[in-house]
Amino acid sequence: MTWRVAEVVKVVPETPRVKTIAFDVPGWPGHRAGQHVDVRLTAEDGYQAQRSYSIASVPDGTRVDLTIERLQDGEVSPYLTDELRPGDRIELRGPVGGWFVWEPAQGGPLLLVAGGSGVVPLMAMIRARTAAGSNADTRLLFSSRSWEDVIYRDELERLRGDGLTVVHTLTRSQPSGWTGYARRVDAEMLAEVGPSPTELPRVYVCGPTPYVEAVAEALVQLGHEPHRVKTERFGPTGG
Amino acid sequence: MDPLMLDGNAIAGLLQEVFAVEMTTAIGTCNTCGAADRVGALRVFRGAGIVMRCPHCDNALVTIVEDGPRVWIGFAGIRTLQVTI
Repeated sequence: MTWRVAEVVKVVPETPRVKTIAFDVPGWPGHRAGQHVDVRLTAEDGYQAQRSYSIASVPDGTRVDLTIERLQDGEVSPYLTDELRPGDRIELRGPVGGWFVWEPAQGGPLLLVAGGSGVVPLMAMIRARTAAGSNADTRLLFSSRSWEDVIYRDELERLRGDGLTVVHTLTRSQPSGWTGYARRVDAEMLAEVGPSPTELPRVYVCGPTPYVEAVAEALVQLGHEPHRVKTERFGPTGG
Repeated sequence: MDPLMLDGNAIAGLLQEVFAVEMTTAIGTCNTCGAADRVGALRVFRGAGIVMRCPHCDNALVTIVEDGPRVWIGFAGIRTLQVTI
C-alpha cells in the first residue's frame, strides 16, 4: 500500500467545527462506502503525524472527499481544517478496511446510527445508495449537539424519502418549536426508529467510543444479533 | 468501558501494510474462549503500543509495537488467523 500525494481541490464548511476537504488523488484505485484512508503530515524537521479518516464521497475517479471535525487541542485536524487551501498537498494511503462497508448490492433494510462526525462513513453509504438508484429501506438516526452542528443537514433533507428516513436527535440545544428527539440515543428511540430485529437489518454504528458503546449495548438488548451490528469507534485519538 | 477503546478497523492501514492483504475481514480465534471474530470487530487499545483484545473474554490476542520502519507483532492469544488471499 503506497502513500499517494493528494492535492486539495476544494474546502467546504459543513458546520462551525467541521469541513469537507475534496482531494484529487492521481492513481486512486477506487473505494467502497465505509472505507477510510490514513493521512500523513510531515513537518519540515521530518516529524510525522498520522491519522485515519473515513471517506465521505462515493467512488468518482480520482476524487476523494474527507469530512473532518476540528478537535480542540488536536494535532492534525486543526491543520487540515484551518490551513489547507486548494492546491495544497498532503499524503494519504488507502482505501483501507473491508469490514465496516456497505454496497448497494447488499440491499437493506439498513439501520445507520451516527454520533456527530461519525456520520461520515454512513453518509458515504447513503450517497452510494442514491448513486446506485437503490430504494433499500434505510433509516439514519443521527445524534448531534444542536441543529447548527448537524453535518450534511441540507443534503440529508434533500435525500430523504424514497425509502430513506432521517431522524435527528439534538442532545444539547434545540431550535424553538423543535418537536424531534432531544436526548441521547437509547433503546426506546432505536425501537421507534426501527427496523425491528426480526427484519434482520444490517446495522452500522459510528461515533465517539462512549456513544458507540451505549448504542451497541441498546441494540443487543433490543434483540439485534451482535454479528449484524458493525461498529466504528473513533475515540479521542488526539485528532 | 474504556473511552480509549477502538475497533479493529482503526488499525486497518497498519495491518494491511504488514500482511499485504485487507485484514479487517480476516477471522481471528481466541485461544482462551474459542470465539471467532472478524479482525474489524476486535477491540483495539492504543498506548505505547497496540493491544487487540477479544470482545468476549477480554483476552489479549495480539500486541503490536512500532518503531519507525520496524514492527514487533506478538500473537499471544490467537489460536488461528484465517486470511483470504
